[in-house]
Amino acid sequence: MSSSPLLPKMMKAHGVSRRSFLKYCASLTSLMALPPAMAPRIAHALETAPRPSVIWLSFQECTGCTEAITRSSAPSLEELIFDSISLDYHHTLQAASGYAAEQAREEAMKEHHGKYLVIVDGSIPLDEPGFSAIAGISNLDMLKETAEGAAAIVSVGTCAAYGGLPQANPNPTGAVAVSDIIKDKPIINVPGCPPIPMVMTAVLAHYLTFGIPDLDELGRPKAFFAESIHDRCYRRPFYDKGLFAESFDDAGARAGWCLYKLGCKGPTTKSVCATVKWNDSTSFPIEAGHGCLGCTEPDFWDNGGFYKPLSAPAGEYRRMGQAALVAGVAAGIGGGYLAKKNKAKAQADHETVDAFTLEKEESES
Amino acid sequence: MNNPYFDLLMFARGPLFDLALLVFVAGILIRIVEILVLGRKKDFSKAKGKPVQQGIKTIFTRTLPRPGAIKANPITIVGGYVFHIGFFIAFLLFVPHIALIEALTGLSWPGVGRVIIESATVIAVIAGLALLYTRWKDPVRRKLTTWVDYLVLILSLLPLITGYVAVNKLFGDPTFMMALHILSVDILMIVFPFTKLMHAFTFAMARYYNGSIQGRKGAES
Amino acid sequence: MSATAERGVNALREQIDAPVASFFSSCVSCGLCADACIFFQETQDPQYTPIRKVELLRRVWENEYTLFGRVKSMLGLGNTITEEDFTEMERLVYDSCTMCGRCTMVCPVGNDITMMIRKMREGMSAAGHAPVELIGAAKRHTKGNSPMGDLSKAIQSQVKHAIADTGIDIEFDKAGVDYLVILSAQEIAEYPEVIGAMAQIFAKAGVTWTISSEAFEATNVGVQIGNRDVAKYLVTRVVEAAEKLGVKKVISPECGHAYQALRWEGPNLIGREYGFEVVHIIELLDQLRAEGKLKTSGKDTDKITFHDPCQINRRGGINKEPRRLLNMVAENFVETDDAGTMNWCCSAGGGVGANERAGDLKNAAFQLKKRQFEKVAPDKIVTMCAFCHHTLENALEDNDMDIEVAGLTEMMAEYLDDED
Repeated sequence: MSSSPLLPKMMKAHGVSRRSFLKYCASLTSLMALPPAMAPRIAHALETAPRPSVIWLSFQECTGCTEAITRSSAPSLEELIFDSISLDYHHTLQAASGYAAEQAREEAMKEHHGKYLVIVDGSIPLDEPGFSAIAGISNLDMLKETAEGAAAIVSVGTCAAYGGLPQANPNPTGAVAVSDIIKDKPIINVPGCPPIPMVMTAVLAHYLTFGIPDLDELGRPKAFFAESIHDRCYRRPFYDKGLFAESFDDAGARAGWCLYKLGCKGPTTKSVCATVKWNDSTSFPIEAGHGCLGCTEPDFWDNGGFYKPLSAPAGEYRRMGQAALVAGVAAGIGGGYLAKKNKAKAQADHETVDAFTLEKEESES
Repeated sequence: MNNPYFDLLMFARGPLFDLALLVFVAGILIRIVEILVLGRKKDFSKAKGKPVQQGIKTIFTRTLPRPGAIKANPITIVGGYVFHIGFFIAFLLFVPHIALIEALTGLSWPGVGRVIIESATVIAVIAGLALLYTRWKDPVRRKLTTWVDYLVLILSLLPLITGYVAVNKLFGDPTFMMALHILSVDILMIVFPFTKLMHAFTFAMARYYNGSIQGRKGAES
Repeated sequence: MSATAERGVNALREQIDAPVASFFSSCVSCGLCADACIFFQETQDPQYTPIRKVELLRRVWENEYTLFGRVKSMLGLGNTITEEDFTEMERLVYDSCTMCGRCTMVCPVGNDITMMIRKMREGMSAAGHAPVELIGAAKRHTKGNSPMGDLSKAIQSQVKHAIADTGIDIEFDKAGVDYLVILSAQEIAEYPEVIGAMAQIFAKAGVTWTISSEAFEATNVGVQIGNRDVAKYLVTRVVEAAEKLGVKKVISPECGHAYQALRWEGPNLIGREYGFEVVHIIELLDQLRAEGKLKTSGKDTDKITFHDPCQINRRGGINKEPRRLLNMVAENFVETDDAGTMNWCCSAGGGVGANERAGDLKNAAFQLKKRQFEKVAPDKIVTMCAFCHHTLENALEDNDMDIEVAGLTEMMAEYLDDED
């Protein structure tokens, strides 16, 4: 890694001022929920950290995560962060193709063994190796091979982190997440479909400066996945007041009321969407008038339907309810019939008494 | 990787809710139909009052206690009222709950804001605890109460408590608390037909019969 | 289990219907019925909580009349009834319940607990656990013509006295008249003045009536014991006599349970509608008043209060009638607390008065009445049930309270307008 130029040199080459670099560090600091005093430390770390080699593997994915990260906007330092790493393999972005591309990967693995960072987007199909392969190497083999010498893995996007869309029921390819295969390496999950670009770059920055960030039980950096979208949603006051849009084009929807009844998954979805937002902090899905799909959570495709309120039942309740109606009435009639029969029998068994047979029979003893 | 809290939530909203719905609906229907099929004998006495009208009237009028009753049993009566009213405000006027009812029945109505829902919840829980207290302390009620009665009262309070904790994120993972909330409702639904919770439906029948029996004689009810 | 106990369980089984099932399904064990019970009020003993008194009926319902209970029983978890249960319940079902019906009025879910006690007594009596005094009365009534034995001679002589006192002719067994008068043994033996009182009022009002020499007894100990076979046998006597005489109506006298027995239970005991109507004497008097056929002159200046008999007011619906009548003749009519529909029992209805074992409980219960009367401090208590009359008179005396007790019919006759 000694061959890699350090950040200040790169900055100069890219025309980035020290002022805007420090500003970036400050915003990263607050994004990662670190005390402001940490900003200089981040700057120092970034300035002095050698550029690690990064291998980006794309498996069963839609390239949305790559699209997102390339569209990360000003400050263009985010691009720079990429320049501060040595992206040695990324089959969408790299110029090389075919054999040369694979050679680049193998060389990087050999040269930086034990030190390089692997970024994965996309899930890995287990049912058939042929479902997804690159240069004749199945995703599974490539992941295992590449992970072997990695210092850490960053699973970018919900597919890599949790299986995502490919894993959605009925999961035709047998798709799994990186963490389902690799057990012996630190894995940072940056879920989202796609993840917020700022979050992806911030996590990389954190890795470069402080190493593996604090992760929650789902492997997500706590700095970005501790609070629910609901908690920070600008529509939250409407939820609290009991004002809800009933359809996407009603007066409530136009007035910006809460989208809970239209299926918003904000209350159970942890992400900084509502604060960091997208497209240079322009907006986020709820602000665009659509409920949160819950894309930073595992199995979000299968968690009960995008347009179904969170509180609505998610199973076969309709069929079950109908069955219950029929079964209940039928069993009730049956039970009533048994009861009536019991009573009829009791009446048939009735032993007519008179005043003289009212006394208790003398017991034998 | 799975989120165990989400899996629990989906289990509570999915298969367990389905099972709970089956037990709840079928169980209640069994209990009600069973009673209706059993029926009662025709009354040959010549009616003096109007049994049917008075029966129907009594379903509503019996909601109010007789004068002096509150003084004799303040906790039971006031606590009982507050618990029921609070429970039903929280249950029927909270919009996520209305969304659930709409999904099940197609019926919908406007809800109210969080301040009202949460005040009702807190008050209902306090009232429920007071009912629990008097059940335990008052000799009459203590003698009448079985372990199932305690269980049922506690199970009725759990959805209120878990719902409050989940919405306010008092502690625990919110998804987990939401799962616990729905889970507690599923359990309440499952025990419902087998316990005194049935009074929520059969009270109308009981009051009707009471009113009609008294009404036939032209007596008050 | 003995054969009689088995017979008792079967009798309970016969009693369960939709109302009972809905009542037990609805009970939430709130215990509010306790404060409605005069025996709990005066003893504060939780065992007297009314709903506990019907526990055996509840068990039969749960075990045999619910699908879930059947499953429970099949698994051996059912709570079955033993001989000892009957013995244990005796004091609760007979000694500490006058079937006054207050619990039925306060139950928030609307359970008619009193009706269920009546049903409980079916089981208790069939199981041989009715109080001996009541069984004795039933025997006497079956063999003779009243629970006090053979009162044929007594009624003949009381009617003769009445004729002599009033100068109005009273004919026995007169067919084709409008009304058949029946009386309670208490009236015949203790308060025969009521016969003359009725004769005077009816003569003025132009009401035609008679008394049956065969079936003159209105009381029905079968209803108090809670045995429908006995009750049916006794009520049939009156029904047959009335239908033989072809009367339009039978007048139920000033007796609480007799009114229940004849008017409300009777048709169901015999399983058909009557060929005549039943009217309570006070209902009739109020009707005559409304028609202008009952006129009074003068008023009693005593401070008078009224005691509502449970079976006639709360469980019989006759509430305003006696008050309208009493206001005609009483200048100083004062109600006690809870008067009317929620009045407290005289303390000895429902067979408690005859039950010696219940003596202490009865005295304890009367203390509530005593406090109520002391608060009003009346000179006279008027009522419309001969047994309430009897109970109050004795209890007042036992408690050294100098208050007169009178029957309402008798009082109306006293102020009957003499002019034509």
